Amino acid sequence: MLAAEPVGPYTLLRLERGGLDPGRPGQFFMLEAPGRLLPRPMSLCLAPPGELGFLIDAIGPGTRALCALDQGDSLAVLGPLGNGFRLDVARPLLVGGGIGVAPFPYLSEALGGAPALLGFRSALHAEAAALVPNAEVVLEPEYVTERLEPGFDVLACGPEPMLEAVRALAPDAQLAWEAPMACGYGACYGCAVELDGRWKRLCVEGPVLSAAA
Amino acid sequence: MLLLNASGCLDALTAADTARALDAFVTKTVTPHERAGNAPVRIAETEVGMLNSIGLANPGRERFLAETLPRLHELGVPLWVSVGGFTAQEYAETCERLDGIAAIELNLSCPNVEEAPETAPEIVAACRAVTSLPLYAKLSPAVWDVAEAARAVAAAGADGLSLVNTIRGLALDERTLAPTLGPAVGGLSGPALKPVALAAVYACARAVDLPIVGMGGVQSGRDALDLLACGASAVALGTVLFADPDAPGRVRSELAAELALRGLEGPEDAVGLAHEDRLQTRKHLDIGGKALV
Repeated sequence: MLAAEPVGPYTLLRLERGGLDPGRPGQFFMLEAPGRLLPRPMSLCLAPPGELGFLIDAIGPGTRALCALDQGDSLAVLGPLGNGFRLDVARPLLVGGGIGVAPFPYLSEALGGAPALLGFRSALHAEAAALVPNAEVVLEPEYVTERLEPGFDVLACGPEPMLEAVRALAPDAQLAWEAPMACGYGACYGCAVELDGRWKRLCVEGPVLSAAA
Repeated sequence: MLLLNASGCLDALTAADTARALDAFVTKTVTPHERAGNAPVRIAETEVGMLNSIGLANPGRERFLAETLPRLHELGVPLWVSVGGFTAQEYAETCERLDGIAAIELNLSCPNVEEAPETAPEIVAACRAVTSLPLYAKLSPAVWDVAEAARAVAAAGADGLSLVNTIRGLALDERTLAPTLGPAVGGLSGPALKPVALAAVYACARAVDLPIVGMGGVQSGRDALDLLACGASAVALGTVLFADPDAPGRVRSELAAELALRGLEGPEDAVGLAHEDRLQTRKHLDIGGKALV
């Protein structure tokens, strides 16, 4: 653990990378949550040389324990896991909501600073947009889907209602889903979601799924 | 055979290395027909355990036999197939189709689905009639007298016991105070279950003369040792695998250290040590053995 930096109401947790591969944008890692039984899944936010950065919203006992880590503390990290975003897109547009912007700084870097449309519930939450270049910010009660224009290859991450609204407007969008999971590697079946009549384990078949799939 | 996974706590096809570190891989429960499982949320952590409400999600018997089982065989790990159903006949029909595996575990106690109308001994007897494979009965500890349940399945033809399945638990969301899990109630596992498992293994080891696979809250070698001492001859890892895919190797080496610390040569020397009468019996046999040499 190198540093825990506040970003609006969120915390950017910077870890020493060790021998771990940062993986592809949209892939995730299981982070040991100190004092808790189960690790927590976090998509990679930033991958500066020698580091892994995770943007964390401290909403429960596990994420609070992670955000309370001190410099020099060690924790078990498993990953990269799951399937990330496909990067072979012609006109990328990142569409995110709230803590769903977490994988976007790393994704944006891989896509050469692609434009982003980010929705937040308050100006304080929107401070996270500073991590994403070329971002247009939308605050509630306005939603990102109200500004979404056709003709883009959408890569989206955010709350489920936002993803459902995005996939209705952009049928080919790549969507990064989220579900509580115990293991991150296919063992627990906790993260199974039903999409178009098929059940998928988000950890091994996702978390990024094509909207049309 | 010493270390297994608890059914539903590992997918050998997505974690082959973890499965190969076990002495046998136990599949997720197979039911006659495909089951999507229960509605999300399916997982909740508690202070000393976790709750799951997966609901026996599985591809169904035909797809399991045609697609999953051949791929599992390729791993080269001995296989136990966990069998579930809603009638004794359904259990038996699946057992009848199984061949070339190490054992069958009858899931008689999933806390997340409606129970079969038949009793556990009736299901065991129906399966016994159609297979010569070793039959392990997985029992719930949430009964008044688990030893009586053990005697009944032993009399019906079970070759061994798997103890224990999860017990029902509930967790509430910290903000809304609504149940965290979609179906509200789920199966409690993890450290909270360990004393429950120890009590069940202890009671059943005194009641029947069948091998017991002990499981419930094993996090460490010491936990495994406790189950052996209560009378289990093998141990299964469950919830710990979610946090630590390397748990099999770690638990094995921790157990070896725990045994060495107590001057025990192998895991078999620890089996039943919690029972005073068995301790005396084995001491006597040891002395007899030495005298023979």
